[in-house]
Amino acid sequence: MSFMKKPEVSHSRLSHNSLGRTLREYEGSMSTLCAGCGHDSVTAALIQAFWELSIEPCQIVKMSGIGCSSKTPAYFVQEAHGINAVHGRMPSIATGAHAANRNLYYVGISGDGDSLSIGLGQFIHALRRNINMLYLIENNGVYGLTKGQFSASADVGSKAKKGEINQQPPIDPVTLALTLGGSFVARSFSGDKAQLVPLIKAGIMHNGFALLDVLSPCVTFNDHEDSTKSYAHTRQYDRPVVHADFIQPHQSISTDYANGEIIPVELHDGSTVLLSKVSNDYNPIDRAAAYQYLLDRQKRGEIVTGLLYINENQEEFHTVHRTTEEPLRDLPHVALCPGSAVLEEIQHLYR
Amino acid sequence: MKPTDVSNPDYFHRVVDCQWACPAHTDVPEYIRLIAQGRFTDAYLLNRESNVFPGILGRVCDRPCEPACRRGRVDEKPVAICRLKRSAADQKGEIVQRLPPLPTRKNGKRVACIGAGCASLTVANDLLPLGYEVTIFEKQSEPGGLMRTNIPAFRLPTEVLSEEIHMITDRGVDLRLNEPITSMKELLALGFDAVFVGSGAPRGKNLEIPGRYDDLAHVHIGIDWLESVAFGHVSSIGRNVLIIGAGNTAMDCCRTSLRLGGANVKVMARKPLTMLKASDWEMEEAMEENVEIILCHAPKDFVLEDKRIRGLNFEILAYREEDGKLLSEVVGSNFLPADDIILAIGQENAFPWIERDIGLAFDRQDVPVVDRRTMQGTLPGVFFGGDAAFGPENIIWAVEHGHQAAISIHKYCQGEDIHERPAATLNLTSAKMGIHEWSYSNRFDTSVRRVVPHVSLSTRFKNINIEVELGFTPEQTQVEVERCLNCDIQTVFFASKCIECDACIDVCPTECLTLAVNGEEDDLRKRLKVPADNRKQLLFVSSPLPQTGRVMVKDEDQCVHCGLCAERCPTAAWDMQKSTVKIPYALDGPAESVPHPGQSHR
Repeated sequence: MSFMKKPEVSHSRLSHNSLGRTLREYEGSMSTLCAGCGHDSVTAALIQAFWELSIEPCQIVKMSGIGCSSKTPAYFVQEAHGINAVHGRMPSIATGAHAANRNLYYVGISGDGDSLSIGLGQFIHALRRNINMLYLIENNGVYGLTKGQFSASADVGSKAKKGEINQQPPIDPVTLALTLGGSFVARSFSGDKAQLVPLIKAGIMHNGFALLDVLSPCVTFNDHEDSTKSYAHTRQYDRPVVHADFIQPHQSISTDYANGEIIPVELHDGSTVLLSKVSNDYNPIDRAAAYQYLLDRQKRGEIVTGLLYINENQEEFHTVHRTTEEPLRDLPHVALCPGSAVLEEIQHLYR
Repeated sequence: MKPTDVSNPDYFHRVVDCQWACPAHTDVPEYIRLIAQGRFTDAYLLNRESNVFPGILGRVCDRPCEPACRRGRVDEKPVAICRLKRSAADQKGEIVQRLPPLPTRKNGKRVACIGAGCASLTVANDLLPLGYEVTIFEKQSEPGGLMRTNIPAFRLPTEVLSEEIHMITDRGVDLRLNEPITSMKELLALGFDAVFVGSGAPRGKNLEIPGRYDDLAHVHIGIDWLESVAFGHVSSIGRNVLIIGAGNTAMDCCRTSLRLGGANVKVMARKPLTMLKASDWEMEEAMEENVEIILCHAPKDFVLEDKRIRGLNFEILAYREEDGKLLSEVVGSNFLPADDIILAIGQENAFPWIERDIGLAFDRQDVPVVDRRTMQGTLPGVFFGGDAAFGPENIIWAVEHGHQAAISIHKYCQGEDIHERPAATLNLTSAKMGIHEWSYSNRFDTSVRRVVPHVSLSTRFKNINIEVELGFTPEQTQVEVERCLNCDIQTVFFASKCIECDACIDVCPTECLTLAVNGEEDDLRKRLKVPADNRKQLLFVSSPLPQTGRVMVKDEDQCVHCGLCAERCPTAAWDMQKSTVKIPYALDGPAESVPHPGQSHR
């Protein structure tokens, strides 16, 4: 970590987004995570994505639970709304917040401990309800904040810094999300911003629950040889299969990927996600085939990354429940609290 | 691009923009750091090593360092380097004992210097500690050359000038005042082992237009007139004064006129404002004193009445650019009244005293043929420096010429090849002190450039000797030193240690760093986090990185040397290291000829 604040000086030729803001204006306070932590790169990718999307900071809600990962919201978009929930309980808070006001951009930042152990039940229900949010897991396979014990995402055979070998099979949030009907499932790596930034943008703009599992190495406890979540291991076994380019409405479509098939997916706001197949035997709109592919590759120790599955037509929470478009805070009191006569009527229905 | 070779001293030297831009390569960041620590004497001595006249240059240097200063690119205005130099000079303690010791025994070699200006004095300064007998011939009654005759005392007080000249001449120079050299042939016959010509560019350019010679008492050549003022021969001027020309000499002429009785003083420039030769700050100071600078006026003829100057007719010009060429056309005319007219349109070399049959070649402009590296003319053993060498430049260039000539003279007298020049070297030492501590002030200070206080307009004209600039107050100095970005504390990268975690890239406040697939320079410059459009600034390119084979690229342009990349790096692939450029001087070699330490006195 660094004790020094990032100086109040920036490059004299920084570009501005359509709101007239520079990238620096989407920063948060100085990170207190370990120097070299993958989470800080994820933070930088989030800053980049929000800046590129030109979203007003007051339109952003950032939420987290407990853990190294959950400190992240403090480090980007200083002026956004935010809440730091109880360990593993961020999905409930997010569900409530989103129920109360659907017009904001929700980002939940969690970790493998927060989402796959104590908060697993919470996580899968938010996913099942298709809450319209980006749910980003900073996944490093260890509990960094409590000195590096294996977490539920540690791979079998991975060695801890002190020599212990993990024997419990891992929970993979990506395959889990596919089986539970997730509408947007992606995996990336903190060390690959070219892949990560467009995935974050697509996840934010996706109409529904966007799971983004980001391998984010723990430099202090899990970046040694024999670790399967180190920078070097991840780079060696990273197999990008689908590259997602996020295209804003009215932006002309062009892509650098010459080979392979390109699938455009239109999002509800008119923007487009261009899926370029890096691997031609992969299909990101066929859930069963994607699942099978992932299992096969997992057996070989490969880490499949990219936008692995997307279904833009799956109904999100508010559509399913036919709830109001208006944020609750804008409704008149009589609408929110229609009085004891109406309550009586409702109760009557259950008698 | 190929990996950057940081073992070449020039790479890191160029990052220190100010030092690289300075002809004498003064170690600016280090002396600013010494000032910050209150070590004024040490700061002065460090300055003196390279520029010899810190007190003088702290007032009147052309400051090539300041336009080069990185702070000017990041934050509009550069560090007030020149004024900080003056702070060190004004507040220094006793330094005579700390100058390089003089040997008790001379080495038996005699060197003649012509002209006691900055170039000759530098030669003497460098050769005296080696045991040379140095004789300086000066036509005036006082040493100092142009610094004394052409720079008015309200910019450079006589005491400051004399102190730094005496610091050299008092160390055993045979100073022959009032002894102009009238024949090079005769001088060479005196048997000196080497001769150095530092006689300046003493001839002011003339203006051949009708009426020029009809009232000689009221039409003056700028540098001659300033000289007469400096020696007290002239002490008044008419009310209406026109200065022809708009270089720095013109600025000195107009401000001097104001102090000798001029009330309505105008500087007449042939070109538009952006193309004037004078330094911005000299023009600002003239304008502060209500001098009017009139643009696009070309003198046509002198207007006389009863053989007395009444004014000057001008043609008004309009400029336009065509195919990169500047074209002018006359669009009108104007008459401006004047009691006195001063011509300040440039100066040139003049060597009527050098016979043309002794082996010294001159080019068509009557400028001697001189080797830019060795400073030697076409006659072995005769060296040139300062304005005498290549025409008018400035003091700091003259000092650098003097250093190079001293190296050549030393080599020449010791029978070595003067073309084999000693190379500059660069030393790097880590600035890391503790986990989050560095041995320099790495915090970026957002303060804006301090403004030097001036003597009020109501009092400064009372006497020509009143120095207008007061120098920084201690409080101002304290703030200004912190504006320095410590460009000599280099970001040194070890590619083999990098795990490509992006930490340095994400934390860099000025987006200098990028991990990229290598490419040709033009292509790579476009692909950086902020495109590297400033092509004068170098790119650092690492060797391929272990994990992906990409390269770390640093655009040096706007790095504020805050050290955050090194603080954030988990593997110490970045380190902040203090670079010290060792500039060779005559005293550094050849080793066998340096007097034995036992011979030096204390």
